[in-house]
This record gives sequence, structure tokens and C-alpha cells, in this order.
Amino acid sequence: MTNNPMTPGIVPGRLPAETYRENFADLHPPYDAHEARVAADRCYFCYEAPCIQACPTSIDIPLFIRQIQAGQPQAAAGTILEQNILGGMCARVCPTETLCEEACVREAAEGKPVEIGRLQRYATDALMAAGEHPFTRADSTGKRVAVVGAGPAGLACAHRLAMHGHEVVLYDARPKPGGLNEYGIASYKAVDGFAQAEVAWLMRIGGIEMVQGQALGRELTLDGLAAEYDAVFLGIGLSGVNALGAEGDDGAGVSDAVDFIAELRQAEDLATLPVGRNVVVIGGGMTAVDAAVQAKLLGAESVTILYRRGREKMPASGFEQDLAASKGVRILAHAMPVAVHGAEIECEYTEDGPDGLTGTGERFRLPADQVLRAIGQRLEGAPAGLALDGGKIRVEGPGRTSRKGVWAGGDCATGGDDLTVTAVAEGRDAAEDINATLC
Amino acid sequence: MADLTTDFVGIKSPNPFWLASAPPTDKEYNVVRAFKAGWGGVVWKTLGLDPHIVNVNGPRYGVVYGADRRVLGLNNIELITDRPLEVNLREIKQVKRDWPDRAMVVSLMVPCEEWAWKEILPKVEETGADGIELNFGCPHGMSERGMGSAVGQVPEYIEMVTRWCKQNTRMPVIVKLTPNITDIRFPARAAYAGGADAVSLINTVSSITSVNLDTMSPEPSIDGKGSHGGYCGPAVKPIALNMVAEIARDVETLDLPISGIGGITTWRDAAEFLALGAGTVQVCTAAMTYGFKIIDEMTRGLSDWMDGKGYASVADVVGRAVPNVTDWQYLNLNYVTKARIDQELCIKCGRCFAACEDTSHQAIWMKEGRVFEVNDAECVACNLCVDVCPVEGCITMEELAPGVTDPRTGRVIAAEYANWTTHPNNPAAKAAE
Ligand SMILES: Cc1cc2nc3c(=O)[nH]c(=O)nc-3n(C[C@H](O)[C@H](O)[C@H](O)COP(=O)(O)OP(=O)(O)OC[C@H]3O[C@@H](n4cnc5c(N)ncnc54)[C@H](O)[C@@H]3O)c2cc1C
Ligand SMILES: Cc1cc2nc3c(=O)[nH]c(=O)nc-3n(C[C@H](O)[C@H](O)[C@H](O)COP(=O)(O)O)c2cc1C
Ligand code: SF4
Repeated sequence: MTNNPMTPGIVPGRLPAETYRENFADLHPPYDAHEARVAADRCYFCYEAPCIQACPTSIDIPLFIRQIQAGQPQAAAGTILEQNILGGMCARVCPTETLCEEACVREAAEGKPVEIGRLQRYATDALMAAGEHPFTRADSTGKRVAVVGAGPAGLACAHRLAMHGHEVVLYDARPKPGGLNEYGIASYKAVDGFAQAEVAWLMRIGGIEMVQGQALGRELTLDGLAAEYDAVFLGIGLSGVNALGAEGDDGAGVSDAVDFIAELRQAEDLATLPVGRNVVVIGGGMTAVDAAVQAKLLGAESVTILYRRGREKMPASGFEQDLAASKGVRILAHAMPVAVHGAEIECEYTEDGPDGLTGTGERFRLPADQVLRAIGQRLEGAPAGLALDGGKIRVEGPGRTSRKGVWAGGDCATGGDDLTVTAVAEGRDAAEDINATLC
Repeated sequence: MADLTTDFVGIKSPNPFWLASAPPTDKEYNVVRAFKAGWGGVVWKTLGLDPHIVNVNGPRYGVVYGADRRVLGLNNIELITDRPLEVNLREIKQVKRDWPDRAMVVSLMVPCEEWAWKEILPKVEETGADGIELNFGCPHGMSERGMGSAVGQVPEYIEMVTRWCKQNTRMPVIVKLTPNITDIRFPARAAYAGGADAVSLINTVSSITSVNLDTMSPEPSIDGKGSHGGYCGPAVKPIALNMVAEIARDVETLDLPISGIGGITTWRDAAEFLALGAGTVQVCTAAMTYGFKIIDEMTRGLSDWMDGKGYASVADVVGRAVPNVTDWQYLNLNYVTKARIDQELCIKCGRCFAACEDTSHQAIWMKEGRVFEVNDAECVACNLCVDVCPVEGCITMEELAPGVTDPRTGRVIAAEYANWTTHPNNPAAKAAE
């Protein structure tokens, strides 16, 4: 350890080696068998359970928990994966506090929901540890489908298509598959290379050819794919980043939070990752929280999230805000950046008025060796000829775009929240629709 | 402060809570710990003649769990004491001398021959014990040798052995009954006829708790084989309560004192046994599961409840509920209730709906937004929704007042009591009036 949290500038190695290990350990450690049994016992097996309705992939939650109760976690995993092939990742990254667990009747009863996410992880881990892949392919249909983007949407789509007997070619621009599971999700949510392990496990269905380093708009064109394949699915996510529009926001210390996280996710040794002494993150969503928390865990002395609206409007859930607070991140609401001056950021307070959000005129400065932009991602490189809506590919029903034979899902398409689980649901449903159309 | 002391067939104890004859009472060490903890008395682990029996050397117990691994039922294949008679007698004598205010009852099981009883009774009497309990209940192992429930299932044997004991000792004789019979009144009447001072019940219920699906052996498994055992704990309480009540209201045994046993886990269980006619209660599984300290909750709980109800002594409680135990044919068919769901307390799990919908009445509506309401026109008041609701007090039964029309039957509810014996659908009905 050459540096410490007080070292000025953006430098690596602010912490002792073992502290990195501790800081980036599993956020929710896996249940052991006893914990799982106790947690599972709390499920009431509700009628038409609200949690099922709250899950974008509609996993039969009471059934899988009952299977855990009855001593068959692997069978429980089958129930989960039937609906959500990335049930393992979703168990780790879903904001359950705003999905299934929020709907749990025990949340209403006691303010303590059944811990569905952790039980889901218990089941899916058991299955993967046993090295099982419980799905098989139908007889070959002879149809070929191109899936562009190997993130959650593309993977779910490809797996379901393969199950139905189609041949799938899965293209991705990046060197590793998984999309944001590999490059975006906070590292304490998916430890020990889980994203890659899950993709490898998913590929065991067979019938999916993975082609890396090929991008739509670079090596590939939509017309070309449409001509070559019986159907095309686009799951290209949101690779562009919104600009800040503050003076000096192209300075040396300013970068995109998603890039900061991607670099962190790919780092072999966290001690080599540079981080500022005083970090300011601009934004209020999951990306802002993840970037801020991880900057703090890398040893930054102070980390501030600057959010221009009131805290209650933050897209990040209460749980995530609390997580940030518990790690020592300060959340400064009703404040926006005006200009970046070297190692300082100039900000202005805001207020909600009749004409929307406006600056109050009162300004202040914060020390900021490093400024991370996290004010949203946007679709980049949407193929020409597809109708867009609000900057996303417009889809109807199960992912049908304006072009016949082309489907889209996940973050790049309209509808649904930008969440892993939503991407999985959309990829799966599009696959079902493609299958129905082709057969 | 309620007076918890009891005088049961001349056996006095500071409270009605005795430990049943079982492992918690099989040696001085345990019994002294129990008395220190506050137990009112013990029935010493059943003694037999030497050479003392042996137990299996593998697992003796099997279990049925509720949620959170709560023990609901326990099964055992253990036999009577496996220590020499003389050792037990010496310890009994010592403990009785050291704890004169506690009830010391000695459980006995010897062959069904008079000489055997004549041999053991004076030895027990010599210890200064307060009474004996005849173990006619053990359903496993000993029964294969013509003892335990093999005696308890034949009323003539019960009467005969009870009489031998009454003739050969001055100690009060309590006859412990087995539930593994068709009608508990017959063995109780036999004990009464033989001169028993009291009966105690129940002993354990013949059972297999589970099967190991890998080895295909019943549990507890002894080298791949299992034998039926005796079942006890909370799961058997309803069986025991009914049997106690049957004896308490049987005209032939109305004045036969009862020591109630079976699944007693809290003061409330104990109070229920007392209300159905038990003069004392005995506890085994709860002590085996949680240790002797539960006696604090039991004595305090019973005392508080009695204070709240204005019962000055245990005797005031004993038998209070017996007059209300009746036959089905005498139940009031003009008592009409309907389920009511408190929307404030409802957590919207829908279990009431699933239960009612799939259990033939279809009397609960599931409305927009998971609002559950009872359809009085279908509700037969079965109570299932109340039973399955996870929130206590959320679903209750409301009585419909006389004069109101029951929307299910379309009939105006009559104020007067009317039962099956006079019902028009009863072919054997006596004409009303
Ligand atoms: C920092 C961060 C943290 C997040 N944390 C969570 C979380 O905790 N929980 C949660 O539920 N959601 C979280 N999300 C959101 C979640 O990651 C996304 O909603 C989800 O990954 C969307 O899946 P997708 O398949 O649509 O897109 P992506 O995961 O973005 O995958 C798109 C794939 O397409 C590829 N691609 C892009 N353009 C092209 C092209 N032109 N040609 C070929 N391939 C292309 C990319 O390389 C990528 O592999 C987070 C997002 C971010 C940015
Ligand atoms: C392990 C075990 C051993 C028992 N041994 C005897 C015994 O030796 N003599 C006897 O009369 N009853 C014996 N019983 C029965 C108990 O005394 C009691 O009647 C029965 O367990 C029901 O009470 P409970 O539900 O409180 O356990 C035994 C019970 C258990 C669990
Ligand atoms: S009491 Fe029975 S019939 Fe009536 S609503 Fe409840 S479950 Fe249905």
C-alpha cells in the first residue's frame, strides 16, 4: 500500500490488500441450508401470490419456496429457470425491495418480507453446483435466428429459441458475453466471476453459436442479418451516455460512471485501480449509487452523490440509498453541477417551481479530484429504418419492431424498467413470438 | 395470587405440574434439577423387576416438525428404566426425603402375575413414595412381552392387576391408560372396578413418524430396520383431551380422579386439561424439548390466568368445562354464524380464498385488488378460513341474531334451541312438542 484515502489526486492502492477483499465481498452472502430452511418456512403459499405478479418474469415463487421447504432446492431451481433462465443473476441483482419482496404479504404483515431473492439464489446455486442444466432442445426446426447483443435480453432470447429447436447465432460487440451482467452490475452483487459462469451454464443448452467482437453498424448490418436469417432479435442495450452539459465537463478528472464500473469489473487486481480522494457522482439512479459506493470501497476519502431533484424522486430505491449511506456516501439532493474547475466542482442548489426545476442562484464548491457522470444511458447505433420512441426502439406486444422479422427487447427497446429481470422477460417473450411466427 | 397447591388422591404438591414417567424422571440427578426448577411432582420412570431391561443402542426417537423445526410430535422406542431396581429405589427414597413437599409417584410395570406385584410393592412402599402409577400404556417393546399396553388393552387384566395392587399396598394407585384402544371408557371403568384411586392418561400413541427414503427404513432406524414407537407431544393433545373428557363425563366414572397427560406445552394446555376434569397434569415432551425451565411459564401463566378469572384454587378450575362437553346430537342447530374478514388486519395472502374455494363452499369472493369478502349466501360457517388465516383475529365468526334471515338457507333464525333429535330430517326424530 503506497497511498491512503487522503492521498490527493486520482491514485490506485489507497487500501491494504485484504481490505479490498472484504469491501468487495458478497453483498448478501448465500444462505446455508439452515438459513434457507428458516427463511423458506416463512412463506405462506399465498393464493395467486402477489409476488408472482410483481416479478417481471412471473416466477412461481410460492411453488419454488415450497420445494425448498420440501427439501428439493434443485427442483426449486427448475421452477425458477423455467421462467427466468438468468434466475441466478436476478437472485443477486434484482431490486427485490421494489419487486417481489415489496409485494410479499409478510411485508404488509410485519414489514419483513420473505427473502425471496436469497432463497432464489439458494436454489439456483444448488443446481449450478450440481452441474446440472435441466433443459433440452426440441427437434431441429432448420430455422436460423440472429440475436444481436449477449446481455440478459439476448441471452434469454437465444436460450429459449435454442430450446425450441432453432439454430441461434449470438453476436456481441464486446470481448465477453453477459452485457451489463459482466460490465455493469456492481461487483459485490456478482462475485467470483458469476456472470461468465452463468453464461457458460446457459450455453449448455446447445444450438447457440456465440460470435464476439462483431457489432451491428460495424461488421454487421440489419439488412444483411435479415437477408441471412429467418428472424433477428436486437438486445443491444444502451451503449451511449448522456452528456452533462456543465462547463469543463470534458476535463481530465471527469468520466462516465459506466466506464469506471466496467473497468472495475474487469480489473484483475483492485489495488491497481485509480480512484479520487474526493469523488463526486452526478446522478440519482442505480448507476450513480453503484459508482459512488464502489468508489468509496476503493478507498476514496469522501464520495458525494449530487442529485438535482429531491431525494424522494431518486430512481435508486430506498434500499440502495441506505446502502450508499451505510458505506459512507453522502447524498446531496436538490443540487446540480454548473462547472468543473480542476479539482473542484461548482454546484448550484435547485428548487421545484411552477416552471419545473430551476437553480436558486446559490452556489457552492466541493473538492472533486474525480467526477463521475451517471445521468443516464441512451441508445446508440440503432439501425436505420426502425421506428424509435423516446430514443428507444419502438416495440409492440412481445418485442415486435416496426420492421417485419425483427424483434427487440431489453434496455434498447421501449416498455418496462431498465432492469436485468425485465430484459430477461422481454428476450424470452420475443423468442416465444419468433417461434410462433416461424413454426 | 391463586393457590396452585393440589391434593390429588391424598398426594400433595405445590402445583399441579408433574413430570410424566419418562427420561426426565429416570434418576435422582434429573429429578432434583426438576424440583429445583419448581416442578410440583414427578412420576418416576417406570420400574421393572431385575434383571433390568436393555434399550437399543441406536437412535430411540423420531420426530415430526412444524415450521421452523418446532417439535410437534415425538416418537420413541425406549423401554422402561434400564437401571437396576435397587439403584432406583435408593434414589427415590433419597429424593423424597430431601423434597418432602413434592409429589413422588413411582411408575411400575412387572409381569401380569400376582407374585411379581407382591414382590415389588413393599420395596416401593419402603422408599416413602406418595403413590404408584401402573404403566398399562407403553405400546412398544414391553407390550411384546405381555406388559404395558398389552395389559391396558384388556379391561379384565386392568381390573385384576389394579385389585392386586390395592390389596397389597396402602399407597394410592393411579392406573395409566393407553390411548391405543377403541373406547377409553372401558379401561377406565375397569380400573375403577379394580379399586383404582385415579387414572392418568394418555400414554403414547402407536406410531411410525417417518420413513427414510434412501434406506427404506422407518425412523428411528436401527441398522436398517424400524419398529413402531409411541407418539407424544403437541400433536397428541387433542386425542388426550378427548379421552380425558370422555372419562370425566362418563356416568360410571364421574368421581374417578384423572391426571391429564399428552402434549401439554404451556400453561394454557394445562388449564384446558384441568377444565376437562384433570386434577393434575403431567408433562414429558415439552420438558424433553425445552428443558425444565418451562415450569416458570407454566406456573406463572396458570396463576395469572386464574387470578384474572377469579379462580382461587386449582380445584375451582377442575372440571369446569365438563358440563359443556356433549354429544353431537345435542348441539344447537339454531346457532348460526358467518365468517367475517377484518379488512384492516387482512394481509391479502388469499389462503382463506384457496381453502374455501377448494373445500367445497366457494363462499369467499376475491375482488379487485385482492379484497377478500365472505358471501353469506354460501358461508356454512365451517371455520376453515379462520383456521388457515395466518393473522390471528383477522377472520372471526359472528353470530347471526335470532329473527335475522340466514341468506344461505333463506330461513329466519329461531331464538330457541333445537337439535338433531327433533330435526325433521332425522328419521328417528321424536315429534317436537
Ligand atoms: C451500472 C449499472 C448497474 C446496474 N445494476 C443493476 C442492478 O443491480 N439490478 C438490475 O436489475 N439492473 C441493473 N442495471 C440495469 C441492467 O444491467 C440492464 O437493465 C440490463 O443489463 C439490460 O439488459 P440488455 O440485454 O437489454 O442490455 P445490456 O446488458 O446492456 O447488453 C447489451 C449487449 O449488447 C451488446 N451490444 C451493444 N451494442 C451492440 C452492437 N451495436 N452490436 C453488437 N452488440 C452490441 C453489448 O456489448 C452488450 O453485451 C444496471 C445498469 C447499470 C448501467
Ligand atoms: C422417551 C419417552 C419415554 C417414555 N417412557 C415412559 C415410561 O417409562 N413409562 C410411562 O408410563 N410412560 C412413558 N412415556 C410416556 C410419557 O410419560 C407420557 O405419557 C407421554 O409422553 C405423553 O405426554 P407428553 O405429550 O407430554 O410427552 C415415555 C415417553 C417418552 C417420550
Ligand atoms: S367459514 Fe367456511 S364456508 Fe364460511 S367463508 Fe370461511 S371457509 Fe368459507
